[in-house]
Amino acid sequence: MEIRPIVSSLKKHRIPTLLIVLQIALACAVLCNAVFMISGRVKQMRLSNAMDEQGLVSVSLQGTDPKLIGSDTQRNLAALRSIAGVQAVSVVHTLPLTNNNWGWSFGITPDSSVTDQKNTNVTLYFVGQDFQSAMGLQLREGRYFNDSEYVDNAINNAALPNTHVVIITDALSKQLWPGQSALGKTLYSKPNYYTVVGVVADVLRPRLWTSNESKSYYNAFFPVGADDVMRNYVLRSTPADRDRVLQQAVEKLQATSPQAVVKGATFQSIRDKYYADTNSMVWILVLVCAVMLAVTAFGIVGLTSFWVGQRRRQIGIRRAVGATRADILNYFRTENFLLSSAGVVLGMVMAYGVNLYLMKQYELDRMPWYYLPFGALALWLIGQVAVSGPAMRAAAVPPVVATQPT
Amino acid sequence: MFAYYFDLAFRSLKRNKALTALMVLAIALGIGACMTTLTVLHVLSGDPLPQRSGSLYYPQIDPRDMVDYGPNVEPPEQLSWVDGMYLLHAKRAARQALMTGGMVPLQPTQSTVDPFQAVALYTSSDFFPMFGVPFKYGTGWVDTEDEGKARVAVISASLNDKLFGGKNSVGQVLRLQETAFRIIGVLGDWHPNPHFYEWYMGSYASDEDVYLPLTTARDLKMEHDGSTDCWGNSGGDPEHLETVNCTWLQFWVQLDTPASVADYKSFLEHYSQDQHTAGRFLRPPNVRLRNLMQWLDYLQVVPSDTRLQMWLSLGFLAVCLINTVGLMLAKFMRRASELSVRRALGASQRALFGQLLIESGVVGLLGGLGGLLLALFGLWLVRQQPADYAELARMDIAMLLTTLIIAVGASLIAGLLPAWRACHVAPALQLKGN
Repeated sequence: MEIRPIVSSLKKHRIPTLLIVLQIALACAVLCNAVFMISGRVKQMRLSNAMDEQGLVSVSLQGTDPKLIGSDTQRNLAALRSIAGVQAVSVVHTLPLTNNNWGWSFGITPDSSVTDQKNTNVTLYFVGQDFQSAMGLQLREGRYFNDSEYVDNAINNAALPNTHVVIITDALSKQLWPGQSALGKTLYSKPNYYTVVGVVADVLRPRLWTSNESKSYYNAFFPVGADDVMRNYVLRSTPADRDRVLQQAVEKLQATSPQAVVKGATFQSIRDKYYADTNSMVWILVLVCAVMLAVTAFGIVGLTSFWVGQRRRQIGIRRAVGATRADILNYFRTENFLLSSAGVVLGMVMAYGVNLYLMKQYELDRMPWYYLPFGALALWLIGQVAVSGPAMRAAAVPPVVATQPT
Repeated sequence: MFAYYFDLAFRSLKRNKALTALMVLAIALGIGACMTTLTVLHVLSGDPLPQRSGSLYYPQIDPRDMVDYGPNVEPPEQLSWVDGMYLLHAKRAARQALMTGGMVPLQPTQSTVDPFQAVALYTSSDFFPMFGVPFKYGTGWVDTEDEGKARVAVISASLNDKLFGGKNSVGQVLRLQETAFRIIGVLGDWHPNPHFYEWYMGSYASDEDVYLPLTTARDLKMEHDGSTDCWGNSGGDPEHLETVNCTWLQFWVQLDTPASVADYKSFLEHYSQDQHTAGRFLRPPNVRLRNLMQWLDYLQVVPSDTRLQMWLSLGFLAVCLINTVGLMLAKFMRRASELSVRRALGASQRALFGQLLIESGVVGLLGGLGGLLLALFGLWLVRQQPADYAELARMDIAMLLTTLIIAVGASLIAGLLPAWRACHVAPALQLKGN
């Protein structure tokens, strides 16, 4: 296809040409950035979490006398165990995706103190006996805690638990001791130290890191018996029993402590709540992109239809002097291809600029380069689809039009 | 003349229904998306206390050690107990209040209501007059009750409705964390947004249920929620928050004149210098005194997703407008022969220009109305979201007018270029072509 006549014809319609190029460019810039934002959020929502999310429910119990926590905890655990269908029960102080984060930073040398810059920030999970079965964790190395390692009042209002053993996640083990086994190694934060006895598969933190995926897994589990912070009872059952187990667990705990505040939730609902904002943002972005592409496509249809109408006579003349229908069809397709190409080249530059601005203002990541050709391809395709209708009508113009007055 | 142009515009728009619908729809979608996000942004970045915000200030000082010290570091966002109490008792501002939030178990005496975690604000007596908090029944507490760690409570209107059916509950007993409190006041309708004075409990639409004296709350070791930032070897031991090197309290002052603002700032500097000399503050004086709106800016309370959405919808509106300009241009140019006939019959370029502009204005008005409906629908969708600000997403008169003005303005601008081009047709040339 000879493109010189197309270019010279476009030159005669400078303003509409510029407008359509600008529209495609803007659409391309918005599309690339929106898709990038969508993919980041979807990736976050899809982060794996090595526990039994489907079978887990949690019941929190607040407002009971801290002095009685020892006997209360034993009584509550026993009451919950008696619920039909419950496979395991434990008590913990927090769960993944609850936003209830107890953070601390540890080093790997004995002189590390909490304020050291090179330390790693870690979430502390205080867990009671049998937490591994209740949460459905997967042991990668070493062992879980022995019964004797669970000490009552191990926190006792301090910032760190009074124990010397810890289980860490795979991601934390790789961060602290890359290429080595973490077993037997020690986490330090003067004057406390904790020896790693086990490594479990990656469990999410209560609050995720948006910029660094593996940071969302830096967890350390500490054995704690009854303590004032241990107020989240976790129960595991089959997904089919889950809702009934939750309801009965709430009733049982409320019955034994009528003055307490009892709140139950399935882990599924905890997850949904955590991601609710992210989820709605994804839908908004998808909707805006879809509507914007539709508007762009209809704009191309409208403008090309107008050009076809305007050039009916010229098309007829071309047909009369020997051009085939395919030639006419190709003419409009090529013209659209040229317009789209100019648009996406400008659009890719704009998309990159917008990304730079967003990186500075909103701490977004740099957009990987392959988003640009992806956006370009999408707009090329949309352009070709949009132009095919009017182009087909143009190709249907009979040669006899050449002999008629306009 | 105007009416005639309107008539012409409607005729012309009716002649090509698909194209008109496309233009109106494009404007409506662009305006709808844009106004939805702008309204949310407008609501979220509003002034929580329009009458008072100008004289409310948030003092910051820097009591930390030299770890991570650098030039131009911002002081911590909160105060320690020692500094907070000193500034509170110094009474150098017209009014001042120290505060922190927390959750406290509420055990109703009514058997019909289950116990629940009440959202509490622990503060000092000036809180109520300083922020102009309205009372439905009773009053707030006074200085002596702060000092005496009195077991008194002020409750919100919604808690009063929940527990006492909206009746005057002043004098009644409220059981919090196994302790009896006497209710001395019930608030009226008070929902400042953003929730500026205690932002850790959520920046929007999170009102407290109960207000207690800070001293009383500490006396009963009530749990404090929010951030506790410590330095040195201090842990955030909740039993000894009064003495540890941690910041966990928020402090507001009322300063009515520029002179008193300058005085207060030098007071903060002098205090920091004294503490530095005494060896308690290791850093040189580093103070800030931001007013309410500057403070909200600094905290960036508006969620960044909301601002991203606004930029996205502006980009979308631009695409829609460019689209409309293109279509309008196509439409006007197609009517070149009609226009040239009118020119030949004596219509001036200005008259043609005016007529075409009215036609594009009509498209804009229709698009604006459609956009308004879409924005109302969009805001309804936002309100269905679980975000804490969702309830606030409502359009007010100002935003409604802005919507219409933007819609018509945008489409007039969109019509300007096509009308300008189209009214330049040469009368004779077009006639000859026919």
